[in-house]
Amino acid sequence: MKDVLLSIRDVWVEYGDRIVLEKVNLEISRGSFVSIVGPSGAGKSTFLRLIIGQEAPSRGAIFLNGEPLQPEPGPDRGVVFQRYSVFPHLTALENVAFGLECSGSMFLGRLFGKRRKAALDEAAQMLARVGLSHSLNAYPSQLSGGMQQRLAIAQALVRKPRILLLDEPFGALDPGIRLDMHGLIDELWREHGLTILMVTHDIKEAFKLGDRVLAFDKRRHDPHAPHRFGSSAVYDFPLTEKNRRPPAELLALSGAEPSRAE
Amino acid sequence: MRRLVNIRPGRGGKVFLGAAPLALVAIGYVVASAARQAENPADKLLPPIEAMWSAWIRMSLEVDPVTGSIPLWADTVASLHRLILGLGISTGVTLAFGLVLGLLPVARATLGPLVAAIAVIPPIAVLPVLFIALGLGETAKVALIVIGITPFMVRDLASQVGAIPEEQMVKAQTLGASTWQIALRLALPQAMPKLLKGLRLSLGPAWVFLIAGEAIASDVGLGYRIFLVRRYLAMDVILPYVAWISLLAVLMGLLLSWISRKFFPWDHTRGAE
Ligand SMILES: Nc1ncnc2c1ncn2[C@@H]1O[C@H](COP(=O)(O)OP(=O)(O)OP(=O)(O)O)[C@@H](O)[C@H]1O
Ligand SMILES: [Mg+2]
Repeated sequence: MKDVLLSIRDVWVEYGDRIVLEKVNLEISRGSFVSIVGPSGAGKSTFLRLIIGQEAPSRGAIFLNGEPLQPEPGPDRGVVFQRYSVFPHLTALENVAFGLECSGSMFLGRLFGKRRKAALDEAAQMLARVGLSHSLNAYPSQLSGGMQQRLAIAQALVRKPRILLLDEPFGALDPGIRLDMHGLIDELWREHGLTILMVTHDIKEAFKLGDRVLAFDKRRHDPHAPHRFGSSAVYDFPLTEKNRRPPAELLALSGAEPSRAE
Repeated sequence: MRRLVNIRPGRGGKVFLGAAPLALVAIGYVVASAARQAENPADKLLPPIEAMWSAWIRMSLEVDPVTGSIPLWADTVASLHRLILGLGISTGVTLAFGLVLGLLPVARATLGPLVAAIAVIPPIAVLPVLFIALGLGETAKVALIVIGITPFMVRDLASQVGAIPEEQMVKAQTLGASTWQIALRLALPQAMPKLLKGLRLSLGPAWVFLIAGEAIASDVGLGYRIFLVRRYLAMDVILPYVAWISLLAVLMGLLLSWISRKFFPWDHTRGAE
């Protein structure tokens, strides 16, 4: 019996008469690393937004840990976007401590004295873990793209979310930096027993990091009204250490980009 | 031949290029003034530099026997007092409304149209209303400044706060931040440098409204003085006053940028924005 953390039941997303997702049914087990691929516009980000709680499905339901998902972002779900997920007005240390300060001080959102010191220590440890111990007092605009993503990851992990949602987190990084980030996210996944959902355009990355790969695409096409059919998870590959090669049919999936990393 | 768009002046070149038109204007003035003086020594329109200098000394050093104070300083203190009061009130109102409008869709839906409607009223047109409602005292003049610049500042700040990337708002919520905490720790600090920028842009209009208010009903103030001596065609007083007002405006602008750099360094680092 698998330990199901997230279950998506018969979920549809429609904007007006445009159907983006149709009849998505998925169960995600605790501790898994799910990569999500698919052509541009297939609704991958929309799917992630549903789980973040940024929007609610037009039909269907999502359960987190057996309970209906709050249709609002919350500390049980951490996120890292491709860009803009750190706060430009806070230093690296303050960015990470932000989550601790919010939970520790309802009214001011700031801690003082001993509690502040404890929060900053914890933040500094988290930053050291992602390799940013030399940039504690730098502002995000002073960090490189890769360092900013490290910061965003540290910031997301400090509240110990049940589930970590990544939307093309390494999409804007150089191949070399990407490789470092792959190492980091893989280690963090194992260390913290995280459940990760990662959207990526890079099929190789999806197969390298994930222990399950979902491909979103339309099952049906109407050439005259393409917007009337939505996407759903058309492929669902569980991966073991052995079968880590992307199958040809997936590489051929319309719009899927060839891998850029490595 | 290099394209004109690619030719950039160096440091010295910039100083020279910037100073040249100013020098030309100054020389042009001196020449024109000398020509008019030669024709008519009693000419008031373009007083020579010496005349302006002696007027300046008179206004800034000699006590006026009627009021018992030195005109330039009394005027400056009175005007700056009104201006700073007006700017302060506008800033406070802007901060509150700009944050609320920028952050809360409900507030935007409720108050947006009202603010937009107020913003299209020409402030000078309501000046008589202010004088009738608030009397001819200080309140009306400060109110004119506030009414004149606040709608622009509120809308500017609201759009700046609204432009905080969705990603940041979501991230803050996933870190457990409440609406209040988002306002206090995310929107407020990010709004501050934008607010200072808005304030700097509003300095010009604020001076216009100040001088308009003082010109119509006042007994002291820079605008009052200019419009008072206008009756005697005292250009030798008006021109130095105009220069003084411009200098004050420039200094206030510089002060605001300095504050922004000093307290919000993250908004000025390379790559910010
Ligand atoms: N608020 C909205 N209103 C209308 N249509 C929307 C809205 N949000 C998304 N869409 C549409 O939904 C579709 C899926 O968008 P989504 O961003 O989820 O795709 P994606 O798979 O993440 O694409 P990409 O790989 O380019 O990031 C797109 O066709 C988009 O135009
Ligand atoms: Mg996307």
